Amino acid sequence: MQIIHTDLLTIGAGLAGERCAIEVAGAGFSVVCLSLVPARRSHSVAAQGGMQAALGNAIMGDGDSPDVHFLDTVKGSDWGADQEVARMFVEAAPIEMRRLAHWGVPWNRVVAGMHTYWKGGKPFDATEKAENHGLIHSRAFGGTAKWRTCYASDGAGHAVLYTMDNRAAQLGVTVHDRSEAVSLIHDGETCHGAIVRCLRTGELRAYLARATLVASGGYGRIYRASTNAIICEGTGLSLALDTGVAKLGNMEAVQFHPTGTVPTDILVTEGCRGDGGTLLDRDEYRFMPDYEPDKAELASRDVVSRRMIEHMRTGKGVQSPYGEHLWLDIRHLGEQHIRTKLREVDEICQNFLGIDPLHQLIPVRPTQHYSMGGVRTDKTGAAYGLKGLFSAGESACWDLHGFNRLGGNSLAETVVAGGIVGRNIAEFLQGYDTAFSTAHVREAAARDDARIRRIVSGADGKESVYAVREAMYDILERAAYVFRNGTDLTWGVQALQEVHERAQHIGLASDGVGANAELALAIRMPGMVRLALCVCHGALMRTESRGSHTREDFPERNDRDWLNRTLASWRPGADLPHLDYEPATSYVELPPGDRGYGGGKIIPAAS
Amino acid sequence: MQRSLTFNIFRHNPQDPASVPHMDTYRLDETDSMTLFIALHRLREEQDPSLKFDFCCRAGVCGSCAMVINGRPGLACHTKTRDLPDTITLLPLPVFRLVGDLAVDTGTWFRAMYQRTESWIHTRAEFDPAAQEARMENEVANAIYELDRCIECGCCVAACGTANLRPDFLAPAGFIRVARFAADPRDQRTDADFYEIIGSDEGIFGCMGLLACEDVCPKHLPLQNQLGYLRRKMGLTVLKKLLPFGG
Repeated sequence: MQIIHTDLLTIGAGLAGERCAIEVAGAGFSVVCLSLVPARRSHSVAAQGGMQAALGNAIMGDGDSPDVHFLDTVKGSDWGADQEVARMFVEAAPIEMRRLAHWGVPWNRVVAGMHTYWKGGKPFDATEKAENHGLIHSRAFGGTAKWRTCYASDGAGHAVLYTMDNRAAQLGVTVHDRSEAVSLIHDGETCHGAIVRCLRTGELRAYLARATLVASGGYGRIYRASTNAIICEGTGLSLALDTGVAKLGNMEAVQFHPTGTVPTDILVTEGCRGDGGTLLDRDEYRFMPDYEPDKAELASRDVVSRRMIEHMRTGKGVQSPYGEHLWLDIRHLGEQHIRTKLREVDEICQNFLGIDPLHQLIPVRPTQHYSMGGVRTDKTGAAYGLKGLFSAGESACWDLHGFNRLGGNSLAETVVAGGIVGRNIAEFLQGYDTAFSTAHVREAAARDDARIRRIVSGADGKESVYAVREAMYDILERAAYVFRNGTDLTWGVQALQEVHERAQHIGLASDGVGANAELALAIRMPGMVRLALCVCHGALMRTESRGSHTREDFPERNDRDWLNRTLASWRPGADLPHLDYEPATSYVELPPGDRGYGGGKIIPAAS
Repeated sequence: MQRSLTFNIFRHNPQDPASVPHMDTYRLDETDSMTLFIALHRLREEQDPSLKFDFCCRAGVCGSCAMVINGRPGLACHTKTRDLPDTITLLPLPVFRLVGDLAVDTGTWFRAMYQRTESWIHTRAEFDPAAQEARMENEVANAIYELDRCIECGCCVAACGTANLRPDFLAPAGFIRVARFAADPRDQRTDADFYEIIGSDEGIFGCMGLLACEDVCPKHLPLQNQLGYLRRKMGLTVLKKLLPFGG
């Protein structure tokens, strides 16, 4: 077996992984990034909207500051965020945007003079300041007091990821693509790297690393309808969970995006609503102002998603062969705007739905979109439970987003957290030595190899991996979607336990040789079901509604009992995650209060 | 009326010594809004789990799923079956190394391209975290973005006559990358520096002008325009080198 040594191993080469890698490589250490796909195909590339940073150059962002950004973020999180992390993030974000500009990101810039912008479906005029001409511009996103989202046309994720990968190539960061980590090498106290499977050949390799970073993105694809790329199956999280000592934070906090298209679940950007797109029902009536008179379509994502489901439940949804949906209307934004500023949206409509958004309405419904939960780390990015293990970006619960993250904060988090955690890893590596036990490596590799052989030969059974996945999809769709309740969740946990048992008996229908997708999924499947159980069990225990976690039977946000973070770990041989809890934040700048949107009652913390 | 589609799909597994390249035939009933993403996944999950192909974003932005569809390179995820005849023939992209069936190794090819074109901003300026960002005209930012929209799917490379004949050809995807940095005022490389990269038969002078690259680009990038622009620019650079009073 090939053994590769490196100072830092990153599992994932999207924005968070590469940003960390650049920081660590820049400090003179060796870095290898693993990626399921060529780095530039990572899911970061799909983010259309942009990155929030309080630069305050645009006239509609006039008077913005990290303080305002902080308030928006903590309110958006429904007070689930770690406020110290949120403070670090908002302070660092503007500098990071400028750094990206220096590295080559073509951010859109302020053009002095009068412009027509859109808000809430209505045009208005505003004059950009002459002294800000040529500085980084920003646009509106949901849940923010100021226009704060830096953007590059409507391909911010693409523009930043390409720039980041260019920078990584310049610094000699090695990316091993088509490589999948299948387990972490550890001794229960220290992480020593990973056993990795080559997705071209199927062979196993060992990567021994002084520091290992999980930056593998979210777990959206445990759901059937998700806007995420199909590789976002939470593999990095399951590897951490499988150590038995690392912990996953707030796995029940799953965000649903209001505008996933029907039937392909492809996201159309929140920028559509930011620029003035409106939501209509079966009568082509604009209903959001009735629920949210102030913010209307621009309330935060969890609120808009909930209002949409609520409105569909009154019988106002549009019936289609693919289920019920509502309409997104951007027709009034005009040809020039739609064909340039919203070009990706235009292309999605034309290419995937066969409709022209200039003349036709876009079918949309709330769709799984973002995973707030992840590998729980401290503010430095170090994972709980295992020395030498770190996490950043969507795969981490750092915890910037609490129970709901704001549009534009996730893409910004990848680079801001990537920079901060990368610097911390470099510092960690400075004075750190460890000993690698060849026995641990051999045992880990032998265990993974034996498991893979049993799946290929069908020694444990002939369960179809696709049937197991369908069963998991069905359960999550009923029990752990936008609205949740005790009855469905109790059933869901039990049903998932049965699916987890079935997942131990998966056997291949094909030969499993080479770049075989059936085998790759079969290897991941039991871990995906464990993540689903963390979501469902955590959601069942959390008897309140907070951010994106909405319990019909417990509609209040309960600060008295639940102003905390769920921590899930998986003990060897268990069939349920072990849950414990910690306070949401030990540093309090903004005491719990009303978000100012979303309605709902609050049970205050006991004074 | 619902059609029954016939798929002829190239099969070969380079990891299996017994594998011989051949075509397999599958049948599938067409459904509304069916794309090749939907069709291929149904074939894998319902008929043949050994089928190998690549998808990632399935939304036309990541460039994973390029293949030759009825003779023409394109992205499978945004190809609707309703735009195709009853019989659909799928082949892997040429030029790139085969991973298996319809999956090819674009990653290795493109990483070599970054190294060759030095696909990053060359500047002596240091980043100052305390300073305001350097200003840029919005039109310049937009122009760079337009050239930066390549998704590295490999369609233009697969459709390129020269790239199919000579493996060392930089190909349209490489030229548009150079054009992107040449248009960026932050990159301090001169025309002479760029000439070193592309001023040869493996570079822009190897293009036979067949124009297929632009025809097949799923992002509709101005590949020919940029090639013409680079050729004129490089021609001038050569002239300047030849003339005694040149720069």
